[in-house]
Amino acid sequence: MSPAHESDVPRMNPSPPPPQQPQGAASGAKLKALNLNFFYGSFQALYDISLEMKTGAITALIGPSGCGKSTFLRNLNRINDTVRNARMEGQVLLDNEDVRSIDVTRLRRRVGMVFQRPNPFPKSIFDNIAYGLRVNGLSTRGELRERVEHSLVRAALWDEVKDKLTDSAYALSGGQQQRLCIARALAVDPEVLLLDEPCSALDPIATAKIEELMFGLKDQCTMVIVTHNMQQAARVADFTGFFLLGRLIEYNKTDTIFRNPGKKETEDYITGRFG
Amino acid sequence: MNRSLAWRKTVNAVMLGLTGVFTVITVSALFVILGYLLFNGGKSLDWNFFTKLPLSPGELGGGMANAIKGSAEIIGLAALIGIPVGFLAGVYLSEYESRAFASLVRYVADLLNGVPSIVIGIVAWTLVVVPTRTFSALAGAVALAIMLIPIVTRQTEQFLREVPNSLREASLALGAHKWRMIATVVVPAGSKGILTGMILGIARIAGETAPLLFTAFNNQFWSHGLTQPTATLPVQIYIRATSPYEDWHRQAWAAGLVLIGLVLLANILARLVLARGISVPRS
Repeated sequence: MSPAHESDVPRMNPSPPPPQQPQGAASGAKLKALNLNFFYGSFQALYDISLEMKTGAITALIGPSGCGKSTFLRNLNRINDTVRNARMEGQVLLDNEDVRSIDVTRLRRRVGMVFQRPNPFPKSIFDNIAYGLRVNGLSTRGELRERVEHSLVRAALWDEVKDKLTDSAYALSGGQQQRLCIARALAVDPEVLLLDEPCSALDPIATAKIEELMFGLKDQCTMVIVTHNMQQAARVADFTGFFLLGRLIEYNKTDTIFRNPGKKETEDYITGRFG
Repeated sequence: MNRSLAWRKTVNAVMLGLTGVFTVITVSALFVILGYLLFNGGKSLDWNFFTKLPLSPGELGGGMANAIKGSAEIIGLAALIGIPVGFLAGVYLSEYESRAFASLVRYVADLLNGVPSIVIGIVAWTLVVVPTRTFSALAGAVALAIMLIPIVTRQTEQFLREVPNSLREASLALGAHKWRMIATVVVPAGSKGILTGMILGIARIAGETAPLLFTAFNNQFWSHGLTQPTATLPVQIYIRATSPYEDWHRQAWAAGLVLIGLVLLANILARLVLARGISVPRS
């Protein structure tokens, strides 16, 4: 039986752990969850999740609908703070620092997020990308154009929009809008990118483009992707975690999960005995 | 079977006919008013109306220039007070909800909307006229502002709530502080509706008469500054319409026409603003 995580997990304690690993060590874990429990009011959505997401790798979270994988993802950049009656117990560590001790806006600059349905602002394409830069005071006027272009290039969207940067973002197709949202998230140079089922609203061609994009970003950005689509996880991810009913059943290298799963539930899910 | 079908068809036709008739009655009420105003008011509307001060009954050539100016001043001041307050209250209700307090504010705003305007006039009289011992444009503006605030608050809140949450999350996920998110994403997205609410609110208070009766009162001449009794269009209509002079009656019609013209203009403007593209597509 494979362990649910790759190293021994220390017991949860209220004080922040002493920094042991150098920040962003190549073999280290960029993001760690330790004994994470999450509640919506009195309903418990996540049970004792402990998980390490390695630097420079793509980690996929799979599982049937409602199993808590999106909820888990949303705890990593504390976007659940905005949900009323939401409560998190346990720890999430970014470079071994508890995310609750970091200023939340700075955390979200370092850990970006792409949502399930494209959600560009009702502004021009240029202003959408520039938004994160402006809000964080990251660019002078002169640099803005350059950084916007750079982000659009990284998101493989530059060629398609370079002549219409002042057009409304809503003039783009669904796939283009999602790539715009990725470009927008990349503009602030995040260390981690969280993707919540980014391709679920997209056609196969757009999906392929985004997966290609993810491969291209690997060395610059640690990624965690929640996906409904097992084949996608098999295609893109280095590590995969299988969630079921709020628990992390199994977590390992993608190859192992798909070829040699340790738990029966994992095997049942992968072979399609339930969905 | 056939009899039942014929019966149902008859009932259908009768009901349809009835709804049509009542619709016509409703709509024609508006056209009757407009017709009367155009006919009677149009006769008496001339350049003097807009430029001259009122003269004694019987003297020809008088106008309502001071009332037009007075109305503009009072409405302008009321907007200056009422719009920012109403807008910020609407933002608070939509974005910063803390249950008990927000429900209370919302409830009070709704109540305020229903308070008879003459009662608001009395309140403004007590708050401003009595301590300052004078009727004034300021008092009138305060009364109208009290009426404007709940309108703007509810409209602002409503249109801000319609902005999808996904936009808020997108902004926060990029590292924006909450107030920044509101100012740069939420408010711009709801701006068309909010602006419309403000325009319609102003159109609504423009015609209020009762509160002005004991706050701004009236003035035969120009008022200087904001602390003197001020003439306004609605009050002038009231005074002239209830006078025994034929001459003044005609002037009242003219003023009524001008007033409704302004209200109509404001409504059309509001529709244009709202129609000029919804800020956020409804998905």
